[in-house]
Amino acid sequence: MSTRIASHGRLIDRNTTVSFTFNGKSFIGHAGDTLASALMANDQMMIGRSFKYHRPRGLVASGAEEPNALVGLGTGSRFEPNQRATTTELFDGLSARSQNHWPSLEHDIGAINSLFARFLPAGFYYKTFMYPRSFWKSVYEPFIRQSAGLGQVPTERDADTYEHFYAFTDVLVIGGGVAGLQAALTAGRAGAKVLLMEQSAHWGGRAPVDGGTIDGAPVEEFVEQAVSELEAMPNVTLRNRCMGAGIYDHGYALGYERLTDHGPAQPGPRHRLWRIRAKQIVTATGAIERPLAFAGNDVPGVMLASAMRDYVVNYGVTPGQRVIVATNNDDAYRTAITLHEAGVQVLRILDARNSGGGPLMSVARELGIRIDCGRAIGKVKGGKRVTGVSVCAQEGQGGALEDVACDAVAMSGGWSPVVHLWSHCGGKLTWDDAHAMFRPDPQRPPTGADGLGYVTAAGAANGALALDAVLEDATVAASAAARAAGFKSKSVAPPQGAASPEAPLEPVWLMPRQAETPLRMKSWLDYQNDVKVSDVQLAAREGYESVEHTKRYTTLGMATDQGKLSNINGLATLADALQAEIPQVGTTTFRPPYTPISMGAIAGEARGEVFQPIRKTPMHDWHEAHGAEWEPVGHWRRPYAYRRPGESTHDAVMREVKNTREAVGMLDASTLGKILVKGPDAGRFLDMMYTNMMSTLKPGKCRYGLMCSENGFLIDDGVVARIDDDTWLCHTTTGGADRIHAHMEEWLQTEWWDWQVYTANLTEQYAQIAVVGPMARTVLETLGGMDLSKESLGFMEWRDGALGGIPVRVYRISFSGELSYEIAVPASLGQALWDKIADVGAAYRIMPYGTECLHILRAEKGFIMIGDETDGTVIPQDLGLHWAISKKKEDFLGKRAQERSHMTDPDRWKLVGLETTDGSTLPDGAYAVAEGVNPNGQRNVQGRVTSTYHSPTLGRGIAMGLVLHGPDRMGELLEFPGTDGKTYTAKITDPVFYDKDGEKQNV
Amino acid sequence: MKRYSAFAVAREALRYHTGWGRAWAAPTPNRRYDVVIVGAGGHGLATAYYLGKNFGITNVAILEKGWLGGGNTGRNTTIIRSNYLQDPSAAIYEKARALYENMSQDLNYNVMFSPRGVIMLAQTEHEVRGYRRTAHANALQGVATEFISPERVKEIVPIISIDGPRYPVLGGLWQARGGTARHDAVAWGYARACSDMGMHVIQQCEVTGVRSEGGKVTGVDTSKGPIDCDKLGVVVAGHSGVLAEMAGFRLPIESVALQALVSEPIKPCMDVVVMANTVHGYMSQSDKGEMVIGGGADGYNNYTQRGSFHHIEETVRALVETFPMISRLKMLRQWGGIVDMTGDRSPILSKTPLEGCFINCGWGTGGFKAIPGSGWGMAELMAKGHSPLTEAFSLDRFKEGRFIDESVAAGVAH
Repeated sequence: MSTRIASHGRLIDRNTTVSFTFNGKSFIGHAGDTLASALMANDQMMIGRSFKYHRPRGLVASGAEEPNALVGLGTGSRFEPNQRATTTELFDGLSARSQNHWPSLEHDIGAINSLFARFLPAGFYYKTFMYPRSFWKSVYEPFIRQSAGLGQVPTERDADTYEHFYAFTDVLVIGGGVAGLQAALTAGRAGAKVLLMEQSAHWGGRAPVDGGTIDGAPVEEFVEQAVSELEAMPNVTLRNRCMGAGIYDHGYALGYERLTDHGPAQPGPRHRLWRIRAKQIVTATGAIERPLAFAGNDVPGVMLASAMRDYVVNYGVTPGQRVIVATNNDDAYRTAITLHEAGVQVLRILDARNSGGGPLMSVARELGIRIDCGRAIGKVKGGKRVTGVSVCAQEGQGGALEDVACDAVAMSGGWSPVVHLWSHCGGKLTWDDAHAMFRPDPQRPPTGADGLGYVTAAGAANGALALDAVLEDATVAASAAARAAGFKSKSVAPPQGAASPEAPLEPVWLMPRQAETPLRMKSWLDYQNDVKVSDVQLAAREGYESVEHTKRYTTLGMATDQGKLSNINGLATLADALQAEIPQVGTTTFRPPYTPISMGAIAGEARGEVFQPIRKTPMHDWHEAHGAEWEPVGHWRRPYAYRRPGESTHDAVMREVKNTREAVGMLDASTLGKILVKGPDAGRFLDMMYTNMMSTLKPGKCRYGLMCSENGFLIDDGVVARIDDDTWLCHTTTGGADRIHAHMEEWLQTEWWDWQVYTANLTEQYAQIAVVGPMARTVLETLGGMDLSKESLGFMEWRDGALGGIPVRVYRISFSGELSYEIAVPASLGQALWDKIADVGAAYRIMPYGTECLHILRAEKGFIMIGDETDGTVIPQDLGLHWAISKKKEDFLGKRAQERSHMTDPDRWKLVGLETTDGSTLPDGAYAVAEGVNPNGQRNVQGRVTSTYHSPTLGRGIAMGLVLHGPDRMGELLEFPGTDGKTYTAKITDPVFYDKDGEKQNV
Repeated sequence: MKRYSAFAVAREALRYHTGWGRAWAAPTPNRRYDVVIVGAGGHGLATAYYLGKNFGITNVAILEKGWLGGGNTGRNTTIIRSNYLQDPSAAIYEKARALYENMSQDLNYNVMFSPRGVIMLAQTEHEVRGYRRTAHANALQGVATEFISPERVKEIVPIISIDGPRYPVLGGLWQARGGTARHDAVAWGYARACSDMGMHVIQQCEVTGVRSEGGKVTGVDTSKGPIDCDKLGVVVAGHSGVLAEMAGFRLPIESVALQALVSEPIKPCMDVVVMANTVHGYMSQSDKGEMVIGGGADGYNNYTQRGSFHHIEETVRALVETFPMISRLKMLRQWGGIVDMTGDRSPILSKTPLEGCFINCGWGTGGFKAIPGSGWGMAELMAKGHSPLTEAFSLDRFKEGRFIDESVAAGVAH
């Protein structure tokens, strides 16, 4: 059984007990435990079920590489699926549930898949489930989906908060083991600004577990001293529980700090995402031990040798009482020795090497541990727990030489450097034959804008596995990184590490080497996704030879651990099957994040109201208080209509239109884009940006302008006012303000960079109020302060002045066909002016109106709206706007494009008005059908509705549309099938429905 | 070719699956083929397949620089829909969708086409109007879509938040017969079928030059030696500009990174595909249980098959807002692919200035869903010289200004 032992446990506090539940059952652990170690202490070795076959699974590892021990953690709004027990720090009240089984972990119906495993090899689903066709959606897929998927689904809104940090540093060191500490010390002493991040709660990595000395003292002393020296350095920042998640182009890196996962009751954000710009990055991310592929290597109780050692030394727990160690290297002997010292019986060390190991073997032998060389595990016995192994010759086919009863197996297949971060941004690997591992190729690092490397691997992550080599490598790496960041380090000899020398390992990719098929079908490579040696061999046999094909066909390495344990074993198996060399086969691509990071952390603070900040005009609150129904327009909210008590939205809109036409209305037009364009070349510039001539506009005058893309399509419109000799103010649509400003800047910065033009987006600097309707002048005159008579301020003119004591700029422009003034004031005075106009206007029946009323007013007048009449495929000529296109100018954006053959095609659809024969309102976006179908069988069409409204002024439906030869077909009837099953008939008319001669706006 | 079936799997199981042969052969290239297709991604393989199936042209080689299906075919978010606005787009995407429905049976390879339905959310009035227009257009194009209410959206997607404070859901364009398929399987299934027809799928064979004589294509130079052909199809998304340069013409294309990501797998919680273009994100759940997430393309040109993190952030932020429950899921993996963007964001399927050389590229962010339709049309174009499916997508449209702009219906994401 697995249990707590009396000795060891350097990370736990035996005086503090912590209670938690697993599958509803209460357990006790100690402060400092992980959920994994606490479960082990309580003899709970079986923790989950595998993905495909629902096999019982227990702990394999002790850290981020764990593929099996995933649990659902917490409840309700703090529930989280797929949490690794090995990296979950225990806290009081922790509640965990195992995953992927029904009805219970012990008794899982899904385990039936395991019985049929032989019929469910890699990729079987590509060969089956095809008939009958309809069954995929209705039967097969629902069944597959239900049995796949791992964790339960969170159902509630997340109760926690998240935040982002932005950091700039000279040297980012990822990994707080001895290599990382030494690297941080080296770079910090050189004067570089250093950020050191460690994913676990503890500094020192696994060196304190592995033993050895540094400068003659125990490793732990070095760790303590290093941390205190680093903490004292003002140029060094240390963060534990903070994982280096990803490295991106140009020295950009992500850190994932788990602030309260180890104590959810604490205040503050749960996770913090660090967004780091580093001049240099040192990856001191250590190495991960590889499992051995033998039959039954997934039975709970079979673990990595290093993990078993971790559990004993760090947490004082052992997975069993009688252990067998299988290895191809010396390191596993450390586990045997540690277990022995902890009072656990080590029955055998099965060393696959015929000659065995080095000095560590002698130590083990002196302790009386039996060592069998050239031996392997043929098969592990047991279902939910290891009950024994059959021992065989490594060179054989698996014939049992003896059966040994045991309750745990430690395995070691050698070590693989953690090269993930190095590889994220293009760092290449080289195959180290002596150690049978891929390690970073220092000649081919990720490179920055200058073509030079910005990532250096250090210590075990660089393939330097022995303690002395780790320290030396880290010193060299960090000196180089500091130097590259501009800091010269004093040449100081690295501290001297000392550990038992090790004999070379012998690569073992399958145990025994000639294992027969039934054994290979039970030899797991990827635990979580149930990929076995036989699956990879099948993929190779079927021609899925690229390592990417094998991965995708078998799902090897695609589980939540992303193949941390399985990748190298898998591709070695593939290489063997293809009779190719391992480096020829290569690795799959390493992608961020190193381990999964929460979506909450990625989203950060941007949730709810602040998901995207709402932009508010100065009068926003007034609108809110007066019944505004909001419509999102760009990042703004604009009142769609102001509903009065008892009024429907439709009624409100109708009332607003009627009132504006008959009396006077007021509109908050502040959201319209206002871009100031200034400079000696501003006129010339605007002549290029607009289809009209803007350079000849006189100060004090306004002109309606059109902007086209270089492909000729209409992208924005608005009124341009010339302020003085070298200053123009360009109004844009609300949604277009930022886009058009960027558009202007792009041309200025990339094409006409030598022109003296400056632009400023003043949209938020001004509040703008439109006063519209027959009584508009009267209202403003009552307010007093300016002469707004026709003679003094004509149509399409502007003046500065004061109204009601407030300094204003008044534009006499109209988007409604009515007498209309738009009054701009500094934003801070917007509300004051609005109030004054409303007060004075009350006597004249003034009412605020919203965007829908605005739309109807303009549609009645046949004015186009960007985004309605245009959709990125419409040119001004389609809309009858020839008058706004200068014939005198040599060039403007879109001019050449508008001369292309398709643009001048007489068959282009043109703007017309549409009136239904029965007065009803045409459906939005409906198409006018023509006879027959096109060669692709689609119904031929000859036009479409671009805007459609019920006009209260005319008491009927009106619409604008683009129609084939439309202007030449006045009076013709078109048919528009609706999606409601009805067909609407409409007559082609002039698009100006109201006040065709424009008398009202010119009064 | 050994037929795939449950029976075959059971039979093979008895001999430990040692009897399965290669899904596709690994031939050494011949010196000459009638047709050479460059690029063994979905579009290239589908082109070859329909050349054989519809026109009996089987003396065909498909050359692949890396591993087949290794470009965008194996990197996309597997969404299939045809609710496009413009007639030419709707035609080719609907043809593709219809072919997907029978693809598993046609290829005898389960591509797991799952017609689970696709919703495109309308979150502004402008989008509502755009999708109403699309629904009208689709009805006339023979594409079954409907504009549905927010309540109906919620019914179909219970995990969605329809009344978020920032962008409440105002409705959606629902295509019940859209869905997803297993992307790798599409490439593999076509490769197997092509191989079965006697075509040569040649991997690790990089084209280094295009040969021509008197303005007509005569073959290609490859890392495995020169190969002659009468007709050449260039189907190499991400590197189309490079191949076009070898053939002596230029393309109106920019190449940018498009990223995607998946969460860790969870039990089924969403049965349809949801796209939210206003906030720039879309999501579906794979059969394996991962939430598959995509967003907008990066804003600068590059070939790295990576991307900038802030796009991932933007996408995840949008989806956490739309589906609050995913906040406590974790991002398992992010990746990128290179997409060819044309000026109008629509593809190019066309003859080229080099006689006998045809090009299929520019699918931008929407290529996977088009694979069978694209292959069908391209094969017809190559075999007959014209195809109604591809006609509007010819190269000369950029000279004529005859753009096919989908920005109304597909603002950002596909």
